[in-house]
Amino acid sequence: MLIDFPFLWESFTALLKGIPLTLQLTALSVVTGGVLAVLLALMRVSNKWWLDLPAQFYVFVFRGTPLLVQIYIIYYGISQFPELRQSWVWPFLRQAYWCAALALALNTAAYSAEIIRGGLLSVPAGQIEAARATGMSGFLLMRRIIFPQALRQMLPGYSNEIILMVKSTALASTVTLMEVTGIAAKLISQSYRPIELFICAGAIYLALNFIVARLFAALEYALSPERRPAPVSAADKPEKARA
Amino acid sequence: MPDLANTPAVVLSGIRKSYGEHEVLHGVSLTANEGDVISILGSSGSGKSTLLRCINMLEVPNAGSVSIHGETIALDQKPGQQPRARDNAQVNRLRAKAGMVFQSFNLWSHLTILENLIEAPVHVLKRDRKDAIAEAETLLARVGIAEKRHAYPAHLSGGQQQRAAIARALAMHPSVMLFDEPTSALDPELVGEVLKVMRDLAAEGRTMLIVTHEMGFARDVSTRTVFLHNGVIEEEGPPSLVFRNPRSDRFRQFISRDEREAR
Repeated sequence: MLIDFPFLWESFTALLKGIPLTLQLTALSVVTGGVLAVLLALMRVSNKWWLDLPAQFYVFVFRGTPLLVQIYIIYYGISQFPELRQSWVWPFLRQAYWCAALALALNTAAYSAEIIRGGLLSVPAGQIEAARATGMSGFLLMRRIIFPQALRQMLPGYSNEIILMVKSTALASTVTLMEVTGIAAKLISQSYRPIELFICAGAIYLALNFIVARLFAALEYALSPERRPAPVSAADKPEKARA
Repeated sequence: MPDLANTPAVVLSGIRKSYGEHEVLHGVSLTANEGDVISILGSSGSGKSTLLRCINMLEVPNAGSVSIHGETIALDQKPGQQPRARDNAQVNRLRAKAGMVFQSFNLWSHLTILENLIEAPVHVLKRDRKDAIAEAETLLARVGIAEKRHAYPAHLSGGQQQRAAIARALAMHPSVMLFDEPTSALDPELVGEVLKVMRDLAAEGRTMLIVTHEMGFARDVSTRTVFLHNGVIEEEGPPSLVFRNPRSDRFRQFISRDEREAR
Protein backbone atom coordinates (compact mmCIF):
# COMPACT_ATOMS: atom_id res chain seq x y z
CA MET A 1 0.00 0.00 0.00
CA LEU A 2 1.43 3.33 -1.03
CA ILE A 3 0.62 6.49 0.80
CA ASP A 4 0.30 9.49 -1.43
CA PHE A 5 2.07 12.18 0.62
CA PRO A 6 1.11 15.23 -1.42
CA PHE A 7 -2.51 14.03 -1.21
CA LEU A 8 -2.06 13.47 2.55
CA TRP A 9 -1.03 17.11 2.98
CA GLU A 10 -3.85 18.31 0.77
CA SER A 11 -6.35 16.27 2.86
CA PHE A 12 -4.90 17.63 6.04
CA THR A 13 -5.33 21.25 5.03
CA ALA A 14 -8.87 20.49 3.80
CA LEU A 15 -9.80 18.84 7.10
CA LEU A 16 -8.39 21.73 9.14
CA LYS A 17 -11.36 23.76 7.90
CA GLY A 18 -13.63 21.43 9.86
CA ILE A 19 -11.98 22.23 13.20
CA PRO A 20 -13.97 25.41 13.98
CA LEU A 21 -17.27 23.49 13.66
CA THR A 22 -15.94 20.58 15.72
CA LEU A 23 -14.87 23.00 18.45
CA GLN A 24 -18.14 24.95 18.27
CA LEU A 25 -20.23 21.82 18.70
CA THR A 26 -18.03 20.71 21.58
CA ALA A 27 -18.09 24.07 23.34
CA LEU A 28 -21.81 24.62 22.86
CA SER A 29 -22.76 21.17 24.14
CA VAL A 30 -20.27 21.19 27.01
CA VAL A 31 -21.45 24.57 28.28
CA THR A 32 -25.21 24.00 28.01
CA GLY A 33 -24.87 20.34 28.99
CA GLY A 34 -22.74 21.41 31.93
CA VAL A 35 -25.42 23.78 33.24
CA LEU A 36 -28.04 21.06 32.90
CA ALA A 37 -25.66 18.58 34.57
CA VAL A 38 -25.26 20.82 37.64
CA LEU A 39 -29.06 21.02 37.98
CA LEU A 40 -29.41 17.25 37.57
CA ALA A 41 -26.64 16.56 40.09
CA LEU A 42 -28.24 18.89 42.64
CA MET A 43 -31.56 17.10 42.08
CA ARG A 44 -29.81 13.76 42.65
CA VAL A 45 -28.28 14.82 45.98
CA SER A 46 -31.34 16.79 47.17
CA ASN A 47 -32.70 13.91 49.32
CA LYS A 48 -36.13 14.68 47.87
CA TRP A 49 -37.54 11.75 45.89
CA TRP A 50 -39.63 13.96 43.62
CA LEU A 51 -36.43 15.72 42.46
CA ASP A 52 -34.14 12.70 42.60
CA LEU A 53 -36.39 10.34 40.62
CA PRO A 54 -36.82 12.49 37.46
CA ALA A 55 -33.06 13.13 37.42
CA GLN A 56 -32.36 9.41 37.80
CA PHE A 57 -34.76 8.67 34.95
CA TYR A 58 -33.07 11.29 32.76
CA VAL A 59 -29.64 9.81 33.39
CA PHE A 60 -31.00 6.30 32.79
CA VAL A 61 -32.43 7.25 29.38
CA PHE A 62 -29.59 9.37 28.03
CA ARG A 63 -26.81 7.15 29.32
CA GLY A 64 -28.55 3.98 28.25
CA THR A 65 -29.19 4.81 24.59
CA PRO A 66 -26.64 5.40 21.81
CA LEU A 67 -25.79 8.99 21.05
CA LEU A 68 -26.32 8.26 17.35
CA VAL A 69 -29.89 7.17 18.07
CA GLN A 70 -30.45 10.34 20.09
CA ILE A 71 -29.17 12.48 17.21
CA TYR A 72 -31.45 10.67 14.74
CA ILE A 73 -34.50 10.98 17.00
CA ILE A 74 -34.00 14.72 17.34
CA TYR A 75 -33.02 15.35 13.71
CA TYR A 76 -35.56 13.10 11.97
CA GLY A 77 -38.14 12.80 14.74
CA ILE A 78 -38.96 16.36 15.68
CA SER A 79 -40.18 17.35 12.23
CA GLN A 80 -42.89 14.65 12.54
CA PHE A 81 -44.77 16.73 15.12
CA PRO A 82 -46.75 19.59 13.54
CA GLU A 83 -47.07 21.22 16.98
CA LEU A 84 -43.29 21.51 17.20
CA ARG A 85 -43.09 22.85 13.66
CA GLN A 86 -45.39 25.68 14.71
CA SER A 87 -43.50 26.50 17.90
CA TRP A 88 -40.52 28.75 18.59
CA VAL A 89 -38.09 25.82 18.63
CA TRP A 90 -38.59 25.07 14.93
CA PRO A 91 -36.35 27.81 13.53
CA PHE A 92 -33.56 26.16 15.53
CA LEU A 93 -34.37 22.49 15.25
CA ARG A 94 -34.95 22.45 11.53
CA GLN A 95 -31.20 23.04 11.25
CA ALA A 96 -28.92 20.05 11.60
CA TYR A 97 -26.45 22.19 13.56
CA TRP A 98 -28.83 22.83 16.46
CA CYS A 99 -30.14 19.26 16.42
CA ALA A 100 -26.63 17.86 16.78
CA ALA A 101 -25.71 20.42 19.44
CA LEU A 102 -28.89 19.61 21.39
CA ALA A 103 -28.32 15.86 21.25
CA LEU A 104 -24.68 16.24 22.32
CA ALA A 105 -25.67 18.59 25.18
CA LEU A 106 -28.45 16.32 26.47
CA ASN A 107 -26.12 13.34 26.28
CA THR A 108 -23.14 14.90 28.06
CA ALA A 109 -25.48 16.31 30.73
CA ALA A 110 -26.38 12.77 31.79
CA TYR A 111 -22.75 11.65 32.17
CA SER A 112 -21.54 14.92 33.69
CA ALA A 113 -24.38 14.90 36.23
CA GLU A 114 -23.04 11.62 37.61
CA ILE A 115 -19.47 12.95 37.65
CA ILE A 116 -20.59 16.08 39.53
CA ARG A 117 -22.68 14.00 41.94
CA GLY A 118 -19.62 11.88 42.67
CA GLY A 119 -17.64 15.05 43.35
CA LEU A 120 -20.28 16.45 45.69
CA LEU A 121 -20.49 13.18 47.63
CA SER A 122 -16.71 13.05 47.98
CA VAL A 123 -16.58 16.15 50.22
CA PRO A 124 -15.93 14.86 53.76
CA ALA A 125 -19.09 15.00 55.88
CA GLY A 126 -17.08 16.33 58.83
CA GLN A 127 -16.03 19.43 56.89
CA ILE A 128 -19.63 20.14 55.91
CA GLU A 129 -20.65 19.67 59.53
CA ALA A 130 -17.92 22.06 60.68
CA ALA A 131 -19.26 24.65 58.23
CA ARG A 132 -22.82 24.17 59.49
CA ALA A 133 -21.58 24.54 63.05
CA THR A 134 -20.37 28.07 62.22
CA GLY A 135 -23.79 29.01 60.87
CA MET A 136 -23.25 28.33 57.17
CA SER A 137 -26.01 26.72 55.16
CA GLY A 138 -27.65 26.61 51.75
CA PHE A 139 -25.97 28.43 48.88
CA LEU A 140 -23.15 29.88 51.01
CA LEU A 141 -22.15 26.40 52.19
CA MET A 142 -22.31 25.10 48.61
CA ARG A 143 -20.31 27.97 47.18
CA ARG A 144 -17.60 28.26 49.82
CA ILE A 145 -17.04 24.72 51.09
CA ILE A 146 -18.69 22.03 48.96
CA PHE A 147 -18.28 23.20 45.32
CA PRO A 148 -14.57 24.13 45.48
CA GLN A 149 -13.71 20.70 46.85
CA ALA A 150 -16.13 18.83 44.59
CA LEU A 151 -14.65 20.59 41.56
CA ARG A 152 -11.12 19.37 42.32
CA GLN A 153 -12.39 15.88 42.92
CA MET A 154 -14.33 15.63 39.68
CA LEU A 155 -11.71 17.12 37.33
CA PRO A 156 -10.07 13.83 36.26
CA GLY A 157 -13.42 12.24 35.46
CA TYR A 158 -14.69 15.36 33.78
CA SER A 159 -11.63 15.69 31.53
CA ASN A 160 -12.48 12.19 30.29
CA GLU A 161 -15.99 13.35 29.48
CA ILE A 162 -14.74 16.40 27.53
CA ILE A 163 -12.39 14.20 25.52
CA LEU A 164 -15.29 11.88 24.73
CA MET A 165 -17.34 14.90 23.64
CA VAL A 166 -14.65 16.12 21.23
CA LYS A 167 -14.75 12.68 19.62
CA SER A 168 -18.54 12.42 19.76
CA THR A 169 -18.93 15.48 17.54
CA ALA A 170 -17.84 13.14 14.72
CA LEU A 171 -21.38 11.72 14.84
CA ALA A 172 -22.72 15.10 13.74
CA SER A 173 -21.40 14.20 10.29
CA THR A 174 -24.26 11.68 10.02
CA VAL A 175 -26.73 14.56 9.90
CA THR A 176 -24.92 16.46 7.10
CA LEU A 177 -22.63 18.62 9.25
CA MET A 178 -19.23 19.38 7.76
CA GLU A 179 -17.03 19.14 10.78
CA VAL A 180 -13.72 17.24 10.57
CA THR A 181 -15.25 13.80 10.03
CA GLY A 182 -17.96 15.17 7.74
CA ILE A 183 -15.37 16.73 5.44
CA ALA A 184 -13.32 13.53 5.53
CA ALA A 185 -16.35 11.45 4.51
CA LYS A 186 -17.13 13.84 1.66
CA LEU A 187 -13.56 13.81 0.33
CA ILE A 188 -13.39 10.01 0.58
CA SER A 189 -16.50 9.67 -1.56
CA GLN A 190 -14.77 11.89 -4.15
CA SER A 191 -11.26 10.44 -4.00
CA TYR A 192 -11.74 6.83 -2.80
CA ARG A 193 -8.70 7.29 -0.57
CA PRO A 194 -9.98 6.49 2.96
CA ILE A 195 -6.58 5.76 4.52
CA GLU A 196 -5.01 9.17 4.02
CA LEU A 197 -8.16 11.00 5.00
CA PHE A 198 -8.90 8.98 8.13
CA ILE A 199 -5.25 9.20 9.23
CA CYS A 200 -5.53 12.99 8.95
CA ALA A 201 -8.87 13.09 10.74
CA GLY A 202 -7.51 10.86 13.52
CA ALA A 203 -4.43 13.05 13.89
CA ILE A 204 -6.59 16.15 14.24
CA TYR A 205 -8.74 14.62 17.01
CA LEU A 206 -5.57 13.40 18.71
CA ALA A 207 -4.08 16.91 18.66
CA LEU A 208 -7.30 18.50 19.95
CA ASN A 209 -7.55 16.01 22.80
CA PHE A 210 -3.91 16.42 23.67
CA ILE A 211 -4.65 20.10 24.25
CA VAL A 212 -7.77 19.28 26.28
CA ALA A 213 -5.84 16.84 28.46
CA ARG A 214 -3.02 19.35 29.06
CA LEU A 215 -5.51 22.09 29.94
CA PHE A 216 -7.17 19.87 32.52
CA ALA A 217 -3.84 18.77 33.96
CA ALA A 218 -2.87 22.44 34.37
CA LEU A 219 -6.24 23.26 35.93
CA GLU A 220 -5.94 20.35 38.35
CA TYR A 221 -2.51 21.51 39.39
CA ALA A 222 -3.63 25.09 39.88
CA LEU A 223 -6.66 24.08 41.94
CA SER A 224 -4.98 21.67 44.33
CA PRO A 225 -2.21 23.54 46.19
CA GLU A 226 -3.08 21.54 49.29
CA ARG A 227 -2.00 18.31 47.64
CA ARG A 228 1.47 19.57 46.88
CA PRO A 229 4.26 19.40 49.43
CA ALA A 230 4.31 22.31 51.84
CA PRO A 231 6.35 25.26 50.62
CA VAL A 232 9.38 25.94 52.79
CA SER A 233 10.39 29.57 52.79
CA ALA A 234 12.39 31.69 55.19
CA ALA A 235 9.18 32.99 56.75
CA ASP A 236 7.70 29.52 57.23
CA LYS A 237 10.37 27.65 59.11
CA PRO A 238 9.10 24.64 61.01
CA GLU A 239 8.58 25.11 64.74
CA LYS A 240 11.38 22.81 65.81
CA ALA A 241 14.01 24.76 63.91
CA ARG A 242 13.22 27.78 66.03
CA ALA A 243 13.08 26.16 69.44
CA MET B 1 -33.41 41.21 76.15
CA PRO B 2 -32.64 38.79 78.98
CA ASP B 3 -30.16 39.77 81.65
CA LEU B 4 -27.02 38.13 80.26
CA ALA B 5 -25.12 38.01 83.52
CA ASN B 6 -27.75 35.88 85.20
CA THR B 7 -29.04 33.92 82.23
CA PRO B 8 -27.44 30.48 81.90
CA ALA B 9 -25.29 30.07 78.79
CA VAL B 10 -26.93 26.77 77.87
CA VAL B 11 -30.03 25.09 79.22
CA LEU B 12 -30.89 21.59 78.06
CA SER B 13 -34.10 20.23 79.46
CA GLY B 14 -35.62 16.80 79.02
CA ILE B 15 -33.55 15.98 75.91
CA ARG B 16 -34.59 12.76 74.22
CA LYS B 17 -32.96 11.52 71.03
CA SER B 18 -33.66 8.30 69.16
CA TYR B 19 -32.36 6.73 65.98
CA GLY B 20 -35.21 4.63 64.65
CA GLU B 21 -36.40 2.46 67.54
CA HIS B 22 -33.28 3.00 69.57
CA GLU B 23 -33.38 5.81 72.11
CA VAL B 24 -29.91 7.17 72.91
CA LEU B 25 -30.84 9.95 75.33
CA HIS B 26 -33.67 9.36 77.80
CA GLY B 27 -34.56 12.87 78.90
CA VAL B 28 -31.33 14.63 79.89
CA SER B 29 -31.32 18.03 81.56
CA LEU B 30 -28.22 20.09 82.02
CA THR B 31 -27.52 23.76 82.70
CA ALA B 32 -24.25 25.50 81.93
CA ASN B 33 -23.86 28.86 83.63
CA GLU B 34 -21.62 31.63 82.41
CA GLY B 35 -18.01 30.61 83.05
CA ASP B 36 -18.78 26.95 83.68
CA VAL B 37 -16.36 24.36 82.36
CA ILE B 38 -18.34 21.15 82.20
CA SER B 39 -16.67 17.84 81.43
CA ILE B 40 -19.05 15.24 80.06
CA LEU B 41 -17.72 11.75 80.70
CA GLY B 42 -19.06 8.34 79.81
CA SER B 43 -18.15 5.16 78.00
CA SER B 44 -18.73 4.92 74.26
CA GLY B 45 -22.42 4.65 73.40
CA SER B 46 -23.44 6.54 76.52
CA GLY B 47 -24.84 9.37 74.39
CA LYS B 48 -22.36 12.04 75.47
CA SER B 49 -21.45 13.22 71.96
CA THR B 50 -25.08 13.15 70.89
CA LEU B 51 -25.95 15.34 73.88
CA LEU B 52 -23.28 17.88 72.93
CA ARG B 53 -24.43 17.90 69.30
CA CYS B 54 -27.99 18.62 70.40
CA ILE B 55 -26.82 22.00 71.73
CA ASN B 56 -26.11 23.39 68.25
CA MET B 57 -28.70 21.23 66.47
CA LEU B 58 -26.22 19.04 64.61
CA GLU B 59 -28.63 16.51 66.11
CA VAL B 60 -32.21 17.65 66.58
CA PRO B 61 -33.70 16.17 69.77
CA ASN B 62 -36.97 14.22 69.50
CA ALA B 63 -38.19 15.81 72.71
CA GLY B 64 -37.00 18.46 75.13
CA SER B 65 -35.76 21.96 74.62
CA VAL B 66 -32.49 23.82 74.14
CA SER B 67 -31.90 27.42 75.15
CA ILE B 68 -28.76 29.40 74.46
CA HIS B 69 -28.44 32.61 76.50
CA GLY B 70 -32.15 32.55 77.23
CA GLU B 71 -33.20 32.07 73.60
CA THR B 72 -35.08 28.82 73.12
CA ILE B 73 -34.61 27.10 69.76
CA ALA B 74 -37.97 26.61 68.04
CA LEU B 75 -38.42 22.91 67.23
CA ASP B 76 -41.04 20.81 65.48
CA GLN B 77 -41.23 17.60 67.46
CA LYS B 78 -44.25 15.66 66.23
CA PRO B 79 -44.55 12.01 67.24
CA GLY B 80 -43.68 9.64 64.39
CA GLN B 81 -41.87 12.34 62.41
CA GLN B 82 -38.25 13.38 62.12
CA PRO B 83 -37.82 16.30 64.51
CA ARG B 84 -36.58 19.49 62.90
CA ALA B 85 -35.76 23.08 63.70
CA ARG B 86 -38.55 25.44 62.73
CA ASP B 87 -36.41 28.45 61.86
CA ASN B 88 -33.15 27.84 60.01
CA ALA B 89 -32.10 31.47 60.38
CA GLN B 90 -32.40 31.18 64.16
CA VAL B 91 -30.37 27.97 64.19
CA ASN B 92 -27.63 29.55 62.07
CA ARG B 93 -27.52 32.62 64.30
CA LEU B 94 -27.20 30.51 67.46
CA ARG B 95 -24.67 28.15 65.86
CA ALA B 96 -22.46 31.15 65.11
CA LYS B 97 -22.37 31.85 68.86
CA ALA B 98 -21.43 28.30 69.84
CA GLY B 99 -17.92 27.45 68.67
CA MET B 100 -17.45 23.75 68.08
CA VAL B 101 -14.28 21.68 68.04
CA PHE B 102 -14.47 18.17 66.61
CA GLN B 103 -12.64 14.94 67.29
CA SER B 104 -11.30 14.79 63.71
CA PHE B 105 -10.56 18.57 63.48
CA ASN B 106 -12.61 19.01 60.28
CA LEU B 107 -10.55 21.90 58.99
CA TRP B 108 -11.52 22.81 55.43
CA SER B 109 -8.85 21.08 53.41
CA HIS B 110 -8.95 23.42 50.38
CA LEU B 111 -8.22 26.52 52.48
CA THR B 112 -5.02 27.57 54.23
CA ILE B 113 -5.02 27.79 58.01
CA LEU B 114 -5.48 31.55 57.87
CA GLU B 115 -8.32 31.18 55.35
CA ASN B 116 -9.91 28.58 57.62
CA LEU B 117 -9.92 31.14 60.43
CA ILE B 118 -11.42 34.04 58.48
CA GLU B 119 -13.92 32.02 56.42
CA ALA B 120 -16.90 32.13 58.77
CA PRO B 121 -16.17 35.57 60.31
CA VAL B 122 -16.10 37.12 56.83
CA HIS B 123 -18.90 35.16 55.16
CA VAL B 124 -21.26 34.45 58.07
CA LEU B 125 -20.70 37.40 60.38
CA LYS B 126 -19.84 39.76 57.47
CA ARG B 127 -16.84 41.10 59.32
CA ASP B 128 -14.30 43.23 57.53
CA ARG B 129 -11.72 41.01 55.88
CA LYS B 130 -8.70 43.00 57.06
CA ASP B 131 -9.90 42.98 60.66
CA ALA B 132 -10.62 39.27 60.44
CA ILE B 133 -7.10 38.58 59.14
CA ALA B 134 -5.49 40.69 61.87
CA GLU B 135 -7.48 38.88 64.52
CA ALA B 136 -6.79 35.47 63.00
CA GLU B 137 -3.05 36.16 63.13
CA THR B 138 -3.34 37.00 66.81
CA LEU B 139 -5.31 33.84 67.52
CA LEU B 140 -2.83 31.67 65.64
CA ALA B 141 0.03 33.19 67.60
CA ARG B 142 -1.89 32.48 70.77
CA VAL B 143 -2.29 28.77 70.00
CA GLY B 144 1.36 28.68 68.90
CA ILE B 145 1.08 28.08 65.15
CA ALA B 146 1.50 31.58 63.71
CA GLU B 147 4.12 30.37 61.25
CA LYS B 148 1.64 27.84 59.79
CA ARG B 149 -0.84 30.45 58.62
CA HIS B 150 -0.21 29.88 54.92
CA ALA B 151 0.04 26.09 55.17
CA TYR B 152 -2.82 23.77 54.31
CA PRO B 153 -4.35 21.53 56.98
CA ALA B 154 -2.85 18.41 55.39
CA HIS B 155 0.63 19.78 56.12
CA LEU B 156 0.05 20.08 59.86
CA SER B 157 0.35 17.50 62.62
CA GLY B 158 -2.82 16.42 64.39
CA GLY B 159 -2.06 18.58 67.40
CA GLN B 160 -1.45 21.62 65.20
CA GLN B 161 -4.65 20.95 63.27
CA GLN B 162 -6.67 20.76 66.45
CA ARG B 163 -5.12 23.97 67.75
CA ALA B 164 -6.00 25.60 64.42
CA ALA B 165 -9.55 24.26 64.78
CA ILE B 166 -9.80 25.81 68.27
CA ALA B 167 -8.53 29.11 66.85
CA ARG B 168 -11.12 28.84 64.07
CA ALA B 169 -13.86 28.45 66.66
CA LEU B 170 -12.49 31.40 68.69
CA ALA B 171 -12.44 33.63 65.61
CA MET B 172 -16.26 33.64 65.74
CA HIS B 173 -16.20 35.25 69.23
CA PRO B 174 -18.29 32.39 70.60
CA SER B 175 -20.15 32.82 73.87
CA VAL B 176 -19.90 29.09 74.53
CA MET B 177 -17.40 26.50 73.30
CA LEU B 178 -18.34 22.89 72.57
CA PHE B 179 -15.56 20.28 72.43
CA ASP B 180 -16.40 16.84 71.07
CA GLU B 181 -13.58 14.51 72.19
CA PRO B 182 -10.95 17.02 71.05
CA THR B 183 -7.95 14.83 71.89
CA SER B 184 -9.27 11.36 71.03
CA ALA B 185 -7.84 11.32 67.50
CA LEU B 186 -4.39 12.51 68.58
CA ASP B 187 -1.19 10.61 69.17
CA PRO B 188 -0.49 10.52 72.91
CA GLU B 189 2.47 12.90 72.65
CA LEU B 190 0.30 15.53 70.94
CA VAL B 191 -2.52 15.51 73.49
CA GLY B 192 -0.72 17.84 75.89
CA GLU B 193 -0.39 20.79 73.50
CA VAL B 194 -4.13 20.77 72.81
CA LEU B 195 -5.07 20.39 76.48
CA LYS B 196 -2.80 23.31 77.32
CA VAL B 197 -4.72 25.58 74.95
CA MET B 198 -7.99 24.38 76.49
CA ARG B 199 -6.67 24.98 80.00
CA ASP B 200 -5.83 28.58 79.05
CA LEU B 201 -9.33 29.09 77.69
CA ALA B 202 -10.85 27.73 80.88
CA ALA B 203 -8.60 29.98 82.94
CA GLU B 204 -9.89 33.09 81.19
CA GLY B 205 -13.41 32.21 82.23
CA ARG B 206 -14.88 30.89 79.02
CA THR B 207 -18.00 28.78 79.11
CA MET B 208 -17.03 25.35 77.87
CA LEU B 209 -18.73 21.96 77.50
CA ILE B 210 -16.24 19.21 76.85
CA VAL B 211 -16.94 15.61 75.93
CA THR B 212 -13.70 13.90 76.85
CA HIS B 213 -11.86 10.81 78.01
CA GLU B 214 -9.14 12.86 79.67
CA MET B 215 -9.86 12.18 83.34
CA GLY B 216 -6.99 14.31 84.54
CA PHE B 217 -8.30 17.27 82.59
CA ALA B 218 -11.85 16.69 83.84
CA ARG B 219 -10.61 16.51 87.41
CA ASP B 220 -8.24 19.49 87.34
CA VAL B 221 -9.81 21.98 84.98
CA SER B 222 -13.57 21.56 84.93
CA THR B 223 -15.89 23.28 87.37
CA ARG B 224 -18.40 20.47 87.00
CA THR B 225 -18.33 16.86 85.92
CA VAL B 226 -21.24 15.06 84.32
CA PHE B 227 -21.19 11.28 83.93
CA LEU B 228 -23.54 9.90 81.34
CA HIS B 229 -24.48 6.22 81.20
CA ASN B 230 -26.98 4.67 78.77
CA GLY B 231 -28.51 8.03 77.98
CA VAL B 232 -29.09 9.30 81.51
CA ILE B 233 -26.96 11.41 83.85
CA GLU B 234 -25.67 9.07 86.54
CA GLU B 235 -23.46 11.46 88.40
CA GLU B 236 -23.06 15.21 88.41
CA GLY B 237 -21.13 17.62 90.58
CA PRO B 238 -17.88 19.45 91.14
CA PRO B 239 -14.94 17.16 90.28
CA SER B 240 -13.41 17.54 93.74
CA LEU B 241 -16.54 15.94 95.11
CA VAL B 242 -17.55 13.33 92.57
CA PHE B 243 -14.09 11.91 91.93
CA ARG B 244 -13.37 11.50 95.64
CA ASN B 245 -16.79 10.40 96.65
CA PRO B 246 -18.86 9.00 93.77
CA ARG B 247 -22.46 8.26 94.59
CA SER B 248 -23.04 6.08 91.56
CA ASP B 249 -21.47 2.62 91.36
CA ARG B 250 -21.07 2.89 87.63
CA PHE B 251 -19.09 6.10 87.90
CA ARG B 252 -16.93 4.49 90.59
CA GLN B 253 -16.26 1.58 88.21
CA PHE B 254 -15.63 4.01 85.37
CA ILE B 255 -12.96 5.97 87.23
CA SER B 256 -11.33 2.91 88.78
CA ARG B 257 -11.04 1.30 85.36
CA ASP B 258 -9.37 4.47 84.16
CA GLU B 259 -6.96 4.46 87.07
CA ARG B 260 -6.07 0.83 86.42
CA GLU B 261 -5.35 1.69 82.79
CA ALA B 262 -3.26 4.65 83.85
CA ARG B 263 -1.04 2.37 85.91
